[in-house]
Amino acid sequence: MQSSNAINYDYTIAKCFTVATIVLGIVGMLVGVIIAFQLAFPELSNLAGEYGTFGRLRPLHTDAVAFGFTASGIFATWYYVGQRVLKVSMAESKFLMFIGRLHFWIYILTVAAVVVSLLMGITTSKEYAEFEWPIDIAIVVLWVLWGVSIFGLIGIRRERVLYISVWYYIATFLGVAMLYLFNNMEVPTYFIAGMGKWYHSVSMYAGSNDAMVQWWYGHNAVAFVFTVPIIAMIYYFLPKESGQPIFSYKLSLLSFWGLMFVYLWAGGHHLLYSTVPDWVQTMGSIFSIILILPSWGSAINMLLTMKGEWGQLKENPLVKFYVLASTFYMLSTLEGPIQAIKSVNALAHFTDWIPGHVHDGTLGWVGFMIIGAIFHMAPRMFRREIYSKKLVEAQFWLQTTGIVMYFTSMWIAGITQGMMWRATDQYGNLAYSFIDTVEVLHPYWTLRAVGGLFFLIGVFMWAYNIYKTATSSRAIEKEPQYASPMA
Amino acid sequence: MDMELIRSLQGWGYVAMIFGLTIGFYAYIYHLYKSQRDGTKDYEKYSNMALNDDLSDSLVEEKYPQDNKKDNEER
Repeated sequence: MQSSNAINYDYTIAKCFTVATIVLGIVGMLVGVIIAFQLAFPELSNLAGEYGTFGRLRPLHTDAVAFGFTASGIFATWYYVGQRVLKVSMAESKFLMFIGRLHFWIYILTVAAVVVSLLMGITTSKEYAEFEWPIDIAIVVLWVLWGVSIFGLIGIRRERVLYISVWYYIATFLGVAMLYLFNNMEVPTYFIAGMGKWYHSVSMYAGSNDAMVQWWYGHNAVAFVFTVPIIAMIYYFLPKESGQPIFSYKLSLLSFWGLMFVYLWAGGHHLLYSTVPDWVQTMGSIFSIILILPSWGSAINMLLTMKGEWGQLKENPLVKFYVLASTFYMLSTLEGPIQAIKSVNALAHFTDWIPGHVHDGTLGWVGFMIIGAIFHMAPRMFRREIYSKKLVEAQFWLQTTGIVMYFTSMWIAGITQGMMWRATDQYGNLAYSFIDTVEVLHPYWTLRAVGGLFFLIGVFMWAYNIYKTATSSRAIEKEPQYASPMA
Repeated sequence: MDMELIRSLQGWGYVAMIFGLTIGFYAYIYHLYKSQRDGTKDYEKYSNMALNDDLSDSLVEEKYPQDNKKDNEER
């Protein structure tokens, strides 16, 4: 192994993925705000012909935030955190630098193919697995390249033990690999039966089997894209930014194994009251409740890391992002299990409470963690202080307001919707028609769209702040050990 | 083997697996805390991998003690 005298950490790939995170965050959330306004004001669906309809834009929104913004954030933080906790520089291996570059460019080409194909309406119609088989193959290739990067870097590390964040990144890699392969087993119809275009396919599974595999995948996409790698981030960035060691390293290990074991069984809760076997539904419910334990194990561990140091919340806006992310993680991992209880689900299923739950998790937990992580990385990657602390503070409060508006409006809308659908008159007839619910819910849908708009404006503020940090902020002589410098 | 027997085996296999994994998990908890208490292994020191993560910072545990001894001296 080379001496580390002349080498520094190499953030080339981390910077590339940081740019991708910001750009895809803007795209995904802009589309999200557009479709939120379309739901409140349907005439907006006709502004761009077939390309502007809700049906075309909705998968673009979900896939751009999950596999664009979040996946890029995962890659960006891996190429930053991985080097630091393993104490090895990417610059020490030309091979790994090549793999990293290849990983990035194949990812960008794949994203372009996804955007074009979804806008053209080419889709397998499986939620969060809409990509047709040629794109699936490209995704497998880029995922394998990421795996080579992870295990390659681990192979040349100096630290003997893998820090807890690395465990979580490895779990992300293995979990998504397994889920993606099994759920995207598909038959290319043109080559097998001469039907459809060359890129068309149908699922290899049928009926309720397809539904079970789909929601085993769908729920675990939440696990291994929106939870596991974000925990990897908070276990690094919160201690590092605050200068506090993890409250209990042992608890982090226990939570890891608990989460790995329990999460994979919870997907059945997406299929309650459907045609899948009753035991699958019951198992989904029970494991969802048990899931509170490992989830709160990590979240409480993070909050206790700040024990005696809560004053930092006043001084450091990045700590605010991390602590609120952890709090939103606790909220959404309590809310999800509640919704998975069969009797609650009878009211909540198909209502607006479900996207409300998804968004307090994705905006509050995933969004805040990725935004906060890139704020922490920026001064170290660009050797400049963060351009404006005031802008970070303003962004934090604007986005927090947006998230609260989003989930509270959806809670009220969802529960109202569920109650109205179930209400009957004295003769047992349904008390309300569908359009009655639409009229009642309209103000909440408007409120949701405005909340989303607040979050999006915050994303633009973040993009501007990072751009100015990289280009014209004051240079720093020495890398800060803990709290990030900001003007 | 008839379908009834297969279902029965699946059910008992599932129960055995849950039982085994639960025992394994609690044994792991016991192992972690016992090792820390006996001084066999200090798990809490691994938190320092995030806090002292500069290339020039000393290692929490060396991967190749002989190689890194030289490496550390040069640093």
